[in-house]
Amino acid sequence: MDQNRRFSRRALLGAAATVPAAAGLHSLVTRGGLGGEPALAESHAGTGAAAGHAGAHDRFAHATFAPGRTVNHRANGFEPSELLRDFDWGKTRRLASGRLLREWTLIAQDKEIEVAPGVKYEAWTYNGRVPGPTLRAREGEKLRINFVNSSDHPHTIHFHGIHPAAMDGMPGVGERQGGGQIEPGESFAYEFDAEPFGLHLYHCHTAPLAAHIARGLYGAFIVDPKRGRPEADEMVMVMNGFDTNFDLSNEIYAVNSIGFHYVNEPIRVKRDELVRIYLVNALEFDPLNSFHVHANFFQHYPTGTSLEPSEFTDTIVQGQGQRSILELKFPFDGDYMFHAHVSEFAELGWTGFFRVGDPSLLGSTAAAAAYCKLPWGGNGGAV
Amino acid sequence: MEAAARAEQPRGGLPAWALGAIPLALIAAAIGAFALLGGPGLGERSGPPVEELSVERTVLRPGTIELTLRNDGPDPVEVAQVAVNDAFVPFGTEGGREVGRLGSTVLRVSYPWIEGEAYEIFILTSSGGTVDAEVPVAAETPAADLDFYGLMALLGIYVGVIPVGLGMLWLPFVRRIDARWIGALIAFTVGLLAFLGIDAGLEGLEIAGEAPAAFGGSALVFAGALSAYLLLAAADTHLRRRREAAVGAGTAAGGLYLALLVALGIGLHNLGEGLAIGSAYASGALALGAFLVVGFALHNTTEGLAIVAPLRGGNGGGADMGVRPLLGRLIGLGLLAGAPAVLGAWIGAAAFDPSLAALLFGVGVGAIARVIVQIAPSMRDGDGRLLHPLSVAGMIAGIAVLYATGLLVSV
Repeated sequence: MDQNRRFSRRALLGAAATVPAAAGLHSLVTRGGLGGEPALAESHAGTGAAAGHAGAHDRFAHATFAPGRTVNHRANGFEPSELLRDFDWGKTRRLASGRLLREWTLIAQDKEIEVAPGVKYEAWTYNGRVPGPTLRAREGEKLRINFVNSSDHPHTIHFHGIHPAAMDGMPGVGERQGGGQIEPGESFAYEFDAEPFGLHLYHCHTAPLAAHIARGLYGAFIVDPKRGRPEADEMVMVMNGFDTNFDLSNEIYAVNSIGFHYVNEPIRVKRDELVRIYLVNALEFDPLNSFHVHANFFQHYPTGTSLEPSEFTDTIVQGQGQRSILELKFPFDGDYMFHAHVSEFAELGWTGFFRVGDPSLLGSTAAAAAYCKLPWGGNGGAV
Repeated sequence: MEAAARAEQPRGGLPAWALGAIPLALIAAAIGAFALLGGPGLGERSGPPVEELSVERTVLRPGTIELTLRNDGPDPVEVAQVAVNDAFVPFGTEGGREVGRLGSTVLRVSYPWIEGEAYEIFILTSSGGTVDAEVPVAAETPAADLDFYGLMALLGIYVGVIPVGLGMLWLPFVRRIDARWIGALIAFTVGLLAFLGIDAGLEGLEIAGEAPAAFGGSALVFAGALSAYLLLAAADTHLRRRREAAVGAGTAAGGLYLALLVALGIGLHNLGEGLAIGSAYASGALALGAFLVVGFALHNTTEGLAIVAPLRGGNGGGADMGVRPLLGRLIGLGLLAGAPAVLGAWIGAAAFDPSLAALLFGVGVGAIARVIVQIAPSMRDGDGRLLHPLSVAGMIAGIAVLYATGLLVSV
């Protein structure tokens, strides 16, 4: 039985992009972005990685998911390419005191999501997505997060930041104020001030802790400094993974949940424009995670709590719950890989590409397409 | 009265076959109705689907790893992704990604494996479950061409036919030794056989552990053993009756006949041994060193001794099968015991199936058990005792020799 039929969207796109690989001629196929733009085909005769595979039929060129199907983002209710630049500023209103109150509603929901093509996972989510919404505020504002637990399990929201114990989302602490553990069907409003500025995270703190976090209850929490940061193309990357067989180790790794997504759909950025990455490590079970970008260096702002970078580097390591703001510019057009420099994570999904400039104008290979010529290219399905 | 009751039977009008068929038809109807109504009263299943896949066969070709999967769980399983050494890999299938109950499929994984390295593979199912597979030592799976079968035949001859034949060269020695020692020699054979039986049983159970549980698993070893024992017993009864009719009553089990039984038991054991060698070679787990071949040869030479031990002839000599066994018969015995190693190696290398292997090992065990029962009376001493010091010593010596030579070979 051909399971490809179930995933017709990709199949159609793939078909549109297909260039039959004639014998002896190696065809590379570059897929367009989300909208299924016309495919660009480039024929390659003995350049770079392609040379070694000339004439080969579906040879292993790199780690990838199996060809012929992709994740159904619509069913998931979120799409990593959109989630990347989706900052949730909430709703604001001026209080009598003159202070600004910023307000969100987060609903804990149990939801089956497709974490890799064909692999379903019973996730626990905030607002139906993993990672949860990227909450963004300005330093000094008063924040209120209305939490509704629609899940079958007790949960909390534990924010990283400076706040009173009752607002800490910690079971056993703050129950008298109605906080602490929030049982199914109950709700609670967390209220605290936005401080300190920087890049933080929020996650469920109900025991067993690892299970509640690993199921998907986490998200980025950004507090901008009062004066703001320089104009940039901003994006959030929550490094995570999924333990699909519940053996306390992850089977799939990713940024923003879907492995290899940004290989398939490279992140488009402009040349010489400042790119700011809010990088959060929400990975459970593995003590360390890392980020590495190819052919470039970035300024590193640990936790984003200082406006002065601490280091100019191309690789950083983060422990569980650690986060960083990274700033860089791409001086050249082309495709540039980024991935965990923990190679195992990279090959289990935590790999992506930045695409700088318009690849159709590039004389060089579209690297992302070359990297993934087999599953996404013309002869992807054949073995 | 009974006779009267029996006589009344046809009066019902229904022939016997119909009476036999009615319950069958009712059972079929009940099953059909049950299936049609979707199991009334049982409600929805509780809990998530049970996913069980076993890897029946792993074939390595340059740049690809081929896994034959069998679903031996109660629910269909859908293969979603495959990772080799913690890296997701592209793959195609022959038989689809969805594997129904007892169904099978072949995954063809693209991967640049390196000879001599070990690989851990996990198969991610649609529900997020994982099935692990392992390539302990990567080596290209030999193509099943004529050369390959020739090599397997040579291997079988090296480890089966030649050593058994060499062992049988002890025949003149066996015929010369003092009559008192014959019981000890038979006991030695019994010890050898007992060790082989235990060895085959353990190996069968080990292989059964890899086989899909749905096909019986270790039960196959026992089923094989029991069936082989019963079949040999029946064959024995049949042959004995014929022989008694021909030769006349009162003749004890003849030496040649016992030798035939021993050869048969050993042959069935060697079938299993060939199977293990062939599949190990095909999967690259076996390095065909001279040491290993020499080890097997030594190990199996003792089997030749076991075959000729009953050929000592009766206490008076002469009255038994009458004459010295013809050379042709001896060669036949040697081939019966040794040649199955060739057959086993072919089967093991070309179409290894753990369920079949478990069954064959079981058959070997049953055959050996039957042979032991049959030749054991020949170790009785003058007083008719079975377990006298000499026979016990002989049996222990047999076990010890096989144990010691077995150290030389571990597939």
